Formats: sequence, C-alpha cells, structure tokens
Amino acid sequence: MNNAAKNKLKDNLLKYFGILCTLSGLIALAIFIIDILMDGLQRLDWEFITSLPSRFPEKAGILTAWTGTVWVFCLTALIAIPIGVAAGVYLEEYNKKGALANLLEINIANLAGVPSIIYGILGLEIFVRILNLGGSLLAGSFTLALLILPIIIVATREAIRTVPKTIKEASFALGATKWQTISRQVLPASASGIITGVILALSRAVGETAPLIVIGALAYVPFVAKTPMDEFTILPIQIFNWVSRPQHGFIINAAAAIIVLLGFVFIMNGVAVYIRNKAQRKGQ
Amino acid sequence: MITSVIKEKKNSKGMQDKIKQNSIKLESENVGVFYGHKKVLQNVTMRIQANTVTALIGPSGCGKSTYLRLFNRMNDYIDNFRKEGDVIIDGNEIYKKGIEIEELRKTVGMVFQKPNPFPKSIYENVAYGLRIQGINKKSALDEIVEKSIKQAALWDEVKDDLKKNALTLSGGQQQRLCIARTLAVQPSVILMDEPASALDPISTARIEDLIYELKQNYTILIVTHNMQQAGRVSDHTGFFYLGELVEFGDTRQIFTNPKSEKTESYISGRFG
Amino acid sequence: MLKAKEYIIEKGLLLCALITALTTIGIILVLTIEAITFFKEISLVDFLTDTQWTPLYSEKHFGVLPLLAGTFLTTVIAILVALPIGMGIAIYLSEYAPKSFRKTIKPLLELLAAVPTVVYGFFALMVVTPFLQKIIPGLSGFNALSAGIVMGVMIIPFISSMSEDALHAVPKSLREAAYGMGSTRLQTVFKVTIPSASSGITASAILAISRAIGETMIVAIAAGQMPGLTFNPIKPVQTITAYIVQVSSGDVPFGSLEHSTIFATGISLFVLTFILNSISFWVSKKYHRQYE
Repeated sequence: MNNAAKNKLKDNLLKYFGILCTLSGLIALAIFIIDILMDGLQRLDWEFITSLPSRFPEKAGILTAWTGTVWVFCLTALIAIPIGVAAGVYLEEYNKKGALANLLEINIANLAGVPSIIYGILGLEIFVRILNLGGSLLAGSFTLALLILPIIIVATREAIRTVPKTIKEASFALGATKWQTISRQVLPASASGIITGVILALSRAVGETAPLIVIGALAYVPFVAKTPMDEFTILPIQIFNWVSRPQHGFIINAAAAIIVLLGFVFIMNGVAVYIRNKAQRKGQ
Repeated sequence: MITSVIKEKKNSKGMQDKIKQNSIKLESENVGVFYGHKKVLQNVTMRIQANTVTALIGPSGCGKSTYLRLFNRMNDYIDNFRKEGDVIIDGNEIYKKGIEIEELRKTVGMVFQKPNPFPKSIYENVAYGLRIQGINKKSALDEIVEKSIKQAALWDEVKDDLKKNALTLSGGQQQRLCIARTLAVQPSVILMDEPASALDPISTARIEDLIYELKQNYTILIVTHNMQQAGRVSDHTGFFYLGELVEFGDTRQIFTNPKSEKTESYISGRFG
Repeated sequence: MLKAKEYIIEKGLLLCALITALTTIGIILVLTIEAITFFKEISLVDFLTDTQWTPLYSEKHFGVLPLLAGTFLTTVIAILVALPIGMGIAIYLSEYAPKSFRKTIKPLLELLAAVPTVVYGFFALMVVTPFLQKIIPGLSGFNALSAGIVMGVMIIPFISSMSEDALHAVPKSLREAAYGMGSTRLQTVFKVTIPSASSGITASAILAISRAIGETMIVAIAAGQMPGLTFNPIKPVQTITAYIVQVSSGDVPFGSLEHSTIFATGISLFVLTFILNSISFWVSKKYHRQYE
C-alpha cells in the first residue's frame, strides 16, 4: 500500500469512528427509550395517572406527583422568567462594560456550573428555614428558579445580541427612551430566542430531583397540593423513590412514571427547537 | 383690488420665507469630537440656514457622519465619546444640562444609510414615533400616518396594504417609509446619513426629488459619498477632510470654483 | 415624569441582576456558617485524613476521603467514556458531516442532555448493571462502573457541543493553508484544527468533569451507599452528592452533628467545582480572545 492509500484509509477510519460516536449516543438513547417503553407502557393507564400513592404497587399512581410537577413548573416559571429576562436586559443593554457587569458575568458563568444539589442546600437554609416556608411548593419553586436563572439570563442576552443595532438606532432617532426602545423593539424582536431559552431552562427544572430532595420534598404525599404553601412531591422524586424499592411492581411503576416525565420533557424540547428553527427561517 | 391684496399677501409670505431662509437653524462653534484619545473632528464651525439642504462630503473616515450625528446626539452611545465646543439648534446649545435627548430627537429626525424599518406593519412603522409620545387615538394616528406617507411620496404604492409587514417592501420603498416615519414626528430638521447609498438609481432619483420637496418645510443635512448627488440636491456643501471642515459654501461655488486645492482634487476624483 | 420612570425601571432591572450575586453570596455564607459549626466538633485534619466515613453509624468517623474517592472514581469513568465519544462527534460534525446531517443530529444529541438524571439512574441500575453483570462476574448490583458509564453518556453533549463550537471557530484560512501544503483531512484535523481549538476543547473537558463531580441522581441510584476508600469500579461506592441525598431523604434531625455533615461535604463539593468552573471559564475566555 502506498502512502496516499494509507492516508486515505486513515482518513476514512477517522470518519467512520466519528459516525460511530455520533450514533452510539443516539443508540444508547434509543435502547433506553425502548426498554422504558417495554417496562412501563403496560402499566400506563388512566387509573395510574389518577391514583394517589400507595404501599401496594398495583394500586399506586402518580396523581400527586404529576400535579406537583405542574405546580412546580408554573411557580418556577412565574418567579424565574421575569427576574431572568430583566437581569439579562440589564446586563446586555444597560451595563455592558462596567466593572460590576464584568463581575456579574463571571458570577453567572460560575453559577451555571454549581451542582444542583448545592442549590438545594441553599434553598433548605434560606427558603425552608429562614423564610420559614417549610418543605412547600413555594420553597421548592424558589430554589429551582435560582437554579435556572443563569440559563435564562444567558439565553436572554444572546437573543438580545442578535437584534440589529440599526433597529435600536431608528427607535432612538425618533425620540424613544431607552426603555421604550427595549420594550417596543428589542424584546419583541428577540422574543423567539428568549422563549426558546426559557423553555429549555424550565425543562431542566422539571427534571431536577436532587435539590428538591434536599429541601425536603416528600416521596409520600397523600393529597393533591391546593396552594403554594402545601407540601408536595414531583415525578422525579416519585421515580427515585420507586427505583429504590426492591419489589418489581414498583420498578414497573417507575418506568411508567418515566414515560410521563420524558413525554413532558421531550415535548418541551421539541417546542423549543421548533420555535428556534422557525425564527431562523424567518430571519433568512 | 382683490388681486392686489392677494398679491400683497403673497409678497409678505415671500418676505417671511426669505427671513426664514436667512435665519440660522443649526450652528457649530469650534466643535471637536474625541473617541477616547482619538480626535476625530476638530474646530468645525458651520452655520446652516433654515429650509436649506446642506451636503457634507469627504472621503470615508473624514468625520462627516460623526458631525451629522452630533445634531441628534446619536454619538452619545459610542464608548468614550467626548466633544468640545458648542452645537447649537435654534440658538440653544444641545449638550448642556437639562436638555432632554428624547425631546431633541423629536425636533431633529434622522434617516440612516441602510433602510431600517421596524419588523412591523407599514402603518405601525409610521405611527411608532407618535405612540411612544403616548398618542394612541386612532383618528389622530390615521391622519398623521396618511399625511406622512403622502409627504414621503409613498402613498400610492402602499395605501391599500398598510397592514403589510414593512420588510416586504423594496429597498427604495423601505427608505421612503423611513423618511415618512421621521416626518410623522414633525421635526424641523432632518439628518440624512447617505440615504441613497444602498439603493438603485431609480430609487435614488425618487429620494432626491423628495429631498428637494421637503426643503420647503425642513432644514436638511445630508451626508453623501456621491458627488453628483451633492451637486443635484444641495444648496450648500461642506467638504471634510481628516476631521476638519476644509471648505464650506455655496454648492455651485464649491463644485465650480473651490477655494481649497484639497477640495478641488477631491471633487475632481483624484482621491477619496 | 418620564425620566423618573426610566430611572425606576433601570434600578429594578439592576436589582434582578443583583439576585445572581446574592445567590452566590448566599451559597457561600450558608455553606461556610454551617460548616463552621461542624468543624467546631470535628477537626479539619480528621475530616481530611480519616479514612472512614460513618457519621450515620454508632461508631462515627468523619473522614471525607472515601466520599472523594467515590466521586473521583465515577468521574474518571464518566470522562473516559465521554471524552473520546464527545470528541469523535465534535470532529465528525465539524469536519466531515454534511450540513443537513448536522442540522438534524444536533437537536437529537441535545436530547441526551435534556433527559432528567433520575431517568439515567434508572437506566444505569436496571439496564446497564444487569447487562454488565453478564460480562463481569462479581459486579455488585450497585457499582461505580455502570453509574460512571451512564454519567459519561449524559455528559457527551457537553463535550461534543462545546468542542464543536471551538473547532468551528478555527478560521477556514488556517485549514486551507494546511490543505494547500498537501495535508490530508486527517492530518489537518490533528495537526492544525485541534491544536488551534485546544483551549476551547480543554474548557469543555474541564466543564464536563465539573458536571460529573456534581451529578447526583445517577450515582445516588446506581452506585450505592457504601463509602469506601476504593478505586475498584465493580464495587459499590458513595459520592459526596449521593451522601447528601442519603441524609436528606432520611430522618436525620436538623441541627444534629449528623445533619451538619451535609454542609461540610457540600462546601467540599462547592470548592471543587468552583475551582474547575473558574479554570474552564478562564481558558475559554482566552480562546475567545484568540480569534476576535
């Protein structure tokens, strides 16, 4: 084999290695989803979705868990979206270069890398104990809101950065104030980017388990939460609890609950990707 | 009898126009501009009469756009911007304390190099400047929107679909829309930063005609790269070179009989 | 009036931005204050040198080393899985793959990062461990190996997407120069593109390590609850994060010495990841400067 042929072979080997890697991740995901479906689909029925938890696997359902997840989703969104978008707007439009902005930027990058369980410890001390919210939905949602704040801020900044400078200049030249320009031009023009980021952040919040275990969300809650001050459980904690039990019935339950959780998360990701693609096509 | 009254009235109006024309609208007194330590403009003194078109010409980077943007304080957004000297509109220094930038910009409109309509409907583009002033009454908006679009010579082309997204218009139409948008705020001065540089020759001609029309009611300052354009539309011309105003005078005089050698070589195309 | 409104809005926005700073300050204060109470009872030397971690048993030892060993072991396994695969994906997508393929595959890979970690834990315990038990006799039901492998799968997208961005940022002219001198694609990739993107790739790897150290649910479910000073991947171990979950989901009374261990271990975890994140941030800042 001459040198050129050898090089060609090596080149192809690298290429196929790359394809193999790309597929391996996806194959792992596929195997996993198939396995979950095979385990859990048989258990997934209306009764499972509308039943309270129970000591007997055949009787147990996920009513409290999924309603808790919906509660947490809504409350976290209510808290995190306004704060995150506002902070992003401030950093991108009001204070881009100062020492404070620099410090906050490094800080946000660091916060994005803090393990989620640490947020749980923070939430336990601040919300559960000092603010005396107990292991309530509100305490959990505040904790998760802090956790996803960096994601929303970064997404907001990136989305705002794509708004052409000429649009802002035109608005200023017509006598608009800074806030008028931001609220009437910048935010509408960057809305799809911000929404995409927010959905991805919320999808992360919905799947989080560890911080809520730390703040004391309970695995066994025999009633559906009615107010934000109620104790709660969520799908991931219910899954964790069932996985840790030896009875096979609970494992099946866990798989069925995972199908619901994954459905929730994948739909959110799908919507985010759809909005992003649509905005990109419009931009071209 | 009657005709003579009318005649007299006409005369007095003509007189008023004359006075108006001779009154100084924009002034700069020894103006210099720094970006950080870099001096981009120095010692520019200019007096611009009301209801005239003044062209600013010169090679790229000569400071003519920076000078233009002094009059609506658009340079304020540039980092480390600093100016010295006085910039005066209607006798008021516009950089002194207590001047509301937003109010200033309602008096001094601006049209940019590239058409930059908002990603909204044609109607909303023109109504924007009014809405931010809190004017939301439909009848009032309708009236001003129509008037402004007519003034910008765009009405016949868009009157049937004002709800259409402004980005679907052609480049020339977009630029006239941007002019209409500026007019809607009822400024007395319009700054134009190479308004036709991104347009085809036919659209350019329409913009030039429009500038000529608008002169009746507005004082216009226009930056242009295109020497013929300066010759066609302007009453006065200022030639900038390396941050200095080299020559300022009657457009005809500048083009036919420039005082400075630099001006002459620029106009005859030897550099720039 | 208008000025006042603008002023209030600006300060309101600033306040929201400052919440992020308060979060960091809150984390540091909470961890430090509570950890101090812990270290009043247990000396720092014992904490760092004792080789046993048994705060929940009657004979108590407070040596963090076994938890660190468990954390280290699962992290190393995860990186061994994720780094080659993630890099392979990054190189393939940025240098070889057709554009349309890239566009469809990227959102799918992002899904890997979107799967909740508790779900990965289930996968490790119920699928990977039973499968590996057929190959490796003596593999415990709870073990570092499956947890590490699955964690590796989870962090693949972190490495692949950040590294791909870094590879993508290498100017085309540099590649063309290499091709112009007769390099093959392979040579160009390894001799020009990867070295030029090295800081971006390094940053992504460090961030992935930090992510693996902080990952909780996979190890809490699949690696076990047996802190031990071992580097044997087929045995059960316990990581720092899994320990915190164990205490939190049990009925250890608040304010007891046992409970305060979560702050002592928490601060260790925070410091560890903080250092790694800072290095990663610094390295990637440097690479952004390189091509701007």
